[in-house]
Amino acid sequence: MRRSRGDTATGGRMAPGILLYRRRASPLHATRAGVGAIWALCLSGAALVLYHPLALAVLVLAVLLAGLAAGVGRELARSLRMALVVALPIVAINVLVSRNGLTVFARLGDLGPFGQGDLTVEALVYGAVIALKVTALMLVTTLASLAVDPDALLRICRRLSFRSALTASLALRMLPLLYADSRRLAEAQRTRPDGGSRGARAQATLLGAVLAGSLDRAMDVAATLEVRGFAAAPRAPRLRRPWSRHDLAFLASGAAVLTLALLGRLAGPAAFTAYPLLHAPVGPPLLALSAGLVLVVLLPFADRRGIAS
Amino acid sequence: MSERAAASGGVSKPVLAAAVASEPVLTFEHVTYHYPGAPGAALDDVSLAIEPGQLCLLAGLSGQGKSTLLRAAAGLVPHFHGGRFAGRVALAGLDTREHGPARLGTLAGSLFQDPETQLVMSSVNAELALALESRGHSAAAVARGVEEVALALGIDHLLERSTHELSGGEQQRVALGAALAGRPRVLLLDEPTSQLDPVAGDELISLLRRLNQEWDTTILLAEHRLERCLACADRVIALDHGGVVHDGEPASFLEWAAAGAPALQTPGARLFALAGLRPAPVGVKQARATLRRQGALPGDAAAVAATASAGLAATASPGTPSAGPASPGPASAGTQAGARPPRLGRGRETPALHLRGVWHELHRGPAILRGVQLRVAPGESIALMGRNGAGKSTLLRHAAGLLTPTRGRIERAGRVALLLQNPGDYFLHDRVEDELSPGALARAGLAGMGARNPRDLSGGERQRLALAIVTDGETEPAVLALDEPTRGMDRRAKAELAADLRARAACGQAVIVATHDPEFACACATRAVLLADGRVIADGSASELLAGGWYFATETARILGGAGGALTPEQGAELLAGAMRDETAVPVATALGMRG
Repeated sequence: MRRSRGDTATGGRMAPGILLYRRRASPLHATRAGVGAIWALCLSGAALVLYHPLALAVLVLAVLLAGLAAGVGRELARSLRMALVVALPIVAINVLVSRNGLTVFARLGDLGPFGQGDLTVEALVYGAVIALKVTALMLVTTLASLAVDPDALLRICRRLSFRSALTASLALRMLPLLYADSRRLAEAQRTRPDGGSRGARAQATLLGAVLAGSLDRAMDVAATLEVRGFAAAPRAPRLRRPWSRHDLAFLASGAAVLTLALLGRLAGPAAFTAYPLLHAPVGPPLLALSAGLVLVVLLPFADRRGIAS
Repeated sequence: MSERAAASGGVSKPVLAAAVASEPVLTFEHVTYHYPGAPGAALDDVSLAIEPGQLCLLAGLSGQGKSTLLRAAAGLVPHFHGGRFAGRVALAGLDTREHGPARLGTLAGSLFQDPETQLVMSSVNAELALALESRGHSAAAVARGVEEVALALGIDHLLERSTHELSGGEQQRVALGAALAGRPRVLLLDEPTSQLDPVAGDELISLLRRLNQEWDTTILLAEHRLERCLACADRVIALDHGGVVHDGEPASFLEWAAAGAPALQTPGARLFALAGLRPAPVGVKQARATLRRQGALPGDAAAVAATASAGLAATASPGTPSAGPASPGPASAGTQAGARPPRLGRGRETPALHLRGVWHELHRGPAILRGVQLRVAPGESIALMGRNGAGKSTLLRHAAGLLTPTRGRIERAGRVALLLQNPGDYFLHDRVEDELSPGALARAGLAGMGARNPRDLSGGERQRLALAIVTDGETEPAVLALDEPTRGMDRRAKAELAADLRARAACGQAVIVATHDPEFACACATRAVLLADGRVIADGSASELLAGGWYFATETARILGGAGGALTPEQGAELLAGAMRDETAVPVATALGMRG
């Protein structure tokens, strides 16, 4: 029988395997959801606009530090590990398939239909740039999903598109339920005299049982939504909330991040060319831009007034 | 027209309002309903009227129509479930055929069994606000409604919490808050305490009583453990095969149940019936008051205990349950706790299971088990009790080898079969016969059900099938562990399960049952172990442990104040009869209304 050491017994609480919003004492959590989402979009925009490896690396670092300041550093670290799993193949594939660089650092010889297998520094760096972009986007998405209240976002969505919001509500609620169901079913199979069947077929059967159970679950959730009158109101009321210092700070931070990224890209400090020869100058303007990026990303977290500890 | 209105020469506004208010808030007129594809009627010619401010209990065994009746009142039947519907249901004058659940939801809040599926938002605040927002309330009204319902239910400290972080009791309170946020006139509750421990369950019932008394909320409550809420009910409606078989006050319901539906009798009512006392009590308070008034309340527990012990020892012999096998209640299905002297697993024989100083410490968290010592002898049956989070489930998982102790060790004489809380988790196939061999199905009493879908079986049948799955090995398990096996089960199914467990123990199999249900514990266990904060805080015979507590005590024990260690109505009746024989002699007993 398979055993787990120090594992938690199943309970009503959600296992930490799923990234879920949880209210924490941080300025980002205290910010209204719309502003938090805009801030995350600005960070994502900066990741898309910037190409200089140093600027991108600094942005990734800034997001990680922001995660720490928001109290979700551990979850973000887990997301970083997952991002690296995605990033490494991106670099490897780009090195193998790109034929644009001129600085060869390894020759694999004739690869038949793929031509000469010359690996270039330019392809390697460009692959790393793409990987950094993907990493930054994954981290920003994780940070947003952990720190921006999905209910408040859904409320905004309900004002825009009722059916989409309904679908999102159900999906959002079903995800953790299905996760808990699959854990329970798997544990139940382990208590069978034979320890439960293994292999792909057994896994498929288990998955089928989880899905069958999910239909019952979905019915219950849908019935609950029905009696709560979710289908009755086409638009959620607009909640009038005074703008807090944190709302203003994150709004300003998002605008500043995007402005810096655009300035860096268009005005030259973060200029970057990969092919045919690598051109990624590092000078005082870029260093100033990088320092500015870190500063504007983290500055809103410095003010903790009004945050319950 | 009322006399007052007539005297004033017409119908004044207040009088008219009063007349309107006194009209039934919920009416069923000859309602018959079939679920899609179902051969039988889930509701069969149901007619009733619920008055405003009433707290009505729906009684009945599983599958008799309680949930369907509540869903019909909420408009989910037929709008959500489909099927064939005849007759008329009116909620506050609105015909449910013409108005859907969303509209009816403004008048009736609904609370179902499983708290997990009733929370649809991520935070408590958003959950409470949803119903108000959906009905188009202004932002200010939403904020006020959330604040008020949170304060009324005492969940204001949870407002900023995520719903997936809440305990079962907290989840159910938040779901109740969401149902109440729009201040509905009627509250429809479908076994809301079935997933809760006794403490959380009692808190919820108290809350309902407050809502009914202080806000005049009409409540329709389906519940299996009637002893929990009978005292606060105005009326009990009993259902059988989809039809109303009794409708009256709690006292009259108990009279009716004693004659026609013993499976619905509360332990207290059964105790009085066996002792020949009347009237049947609707709660512990009334029972004790009646006994006190009649001079039959054991005042000196020690003295009566001595008397009773002698009486019990004389009347209950091993393997001789004091009620026949046809008796449905768990208490009546056998007096296991008092039937034979408990074996505390401390003998010289090789234990079936021995936990030696078992610790379970989370990597980044608290210790769930703290040095648990537990020795279980073959043939011994143990009830493992304690509040939620005490460590019961973790202990059973260690016993079965699903978890490995971080300190300490576990010795097993053989296989430990573990039945987890939800029997449905064991079913992977669409047909019962694909889950087990025909022989095993026959042994489980499920022969002939092979073609059915396991999910369509009744609660008791599902439990039997799951039990057969975990015990169906090449060798019989040395220990059978069950984690909360009676959740949502009616008394009859519980009695059957208790009988099965007693039979297994009699055959030498050690049985450990984690349960919150003292009545079931005393029906199937000779020994009780109380866990708190991961430690064993009490370990003794069931009669010792389950007779002296508030929460972890049977209703009989609470009525008799723990006297004589009587746990079941049969033992209690013996105790009362013995005490009164000794102290008051026959004339007084006759004066007390004792029969025979």
